[in-house]
Amino acid sequence: MNYLMTAANDIDIMIKGLFSYKLFGQEFWITTTHVSIFIVMATIIIIAIIAKRSMSKATEVPGTIQNIVELVVEKLDGVVNGSMGKNADKFRNYIGCIFIFILLSNISGIFGLRAPTADYGVTLMLGVISFVMIQYNGIKAQKGSYFTGLFKPLAILFPVNVISEFATPISLSLRLFGNIMSGTVIMALWYAMVPIFFKLGVPAALHVYFDLFSGAIQTYVFCMLTMTYIQDKMDV
Amino acid sequence: MFTGEDLILACSAIGAGLAVIAGIGPGIGQGIAAGYAASAVGRNPGAKGDITSTMLLGQAVAETTGLYGLVVAILLLFVKPLI
Repeated sequence: MNYLMTAANDIDIMIKGLFSYKLFGQEFWITTTHVSIFIVMATIIIIAIIAKRSMSKATEVPGTIQNIVELVVEKLDGVVNGSMGKNADKFRNYIGCIFIFILLSNISGIFGLRAPTADYGVTLMLGVISFVMIQYNGIKAQKGSYFTGLFKPLAILFPVNVISEFATPISLSLRLFGNIMSGTVIMALWYAMVPIFFKLGVPAALHVYFDLFSGAIQTYVFCMLTMTYIQDKMDV
Repeated sequence: MFTGEDLILACSAIGAGLAVIAGIGPGIGQGIAAGYAASAVGRNPGAKGDITSTMLLGQAVAETTGLYGLVVAILLLFVKPLI
């Protein structure tokens, strides 16, 4: 019992505040999430600069870096084209951008960071961005029939339709958050609870499943669902 | 001696355990989806890529209800909103 009690104090899953400052009388914190997000962003910017360098002197026969960049862009374009069809041109940049950001955020757990997507503040904002895009493109594509569509098939179902619109970002963000958070919790439990013998080697397999596999699947699902919802609203 | 806070903590732990029972549903659903995907691949091995991506998308959506239970359990255990 004592062993369990002491181990429980080592479990390290919460977001920690590193530095606080006051703004307009409110107290704000710089947390581990901010630090992780800035590291992820710096990584993306460095990758982007390297990619730009190699593509500005692109050759007919691609070199190593040019090959990788072309492969990534081709795959991302393929995903967007496959699910959006003729609307794909407008959303290629956005979907590719959030795909790379969420993917790198999810797999940053391997490198010892606390994954930014394991903070509900981050995933909720991603969900809200998707929500705004869905509604904006819906209203732009359908004009007035968008609002009358809320009263279909029966006028009495209007509240239900509105609730289902607002449930979209919540379910999108909770799905991403729950998956990454459960991975974080299980890894923290493993590191805190098991005897030292199992901490060698075994966590590698768990990291591959919870960070790489689960993270990649959830990234794909988030982008796929965002595209499907936008497509639903644009093609009626 | 037990205090009211201890009682709330104990009940939160029980509640967290009850909340993750929600995992039963997605487990059954994902198993059924994977079973049908396996039989589909058996009938048409050429469409393996499409079947796999459709299956994973559907499973991830079906997983959501289980994750709601998990989120409730995590809130009860680590955020302790009732104290």
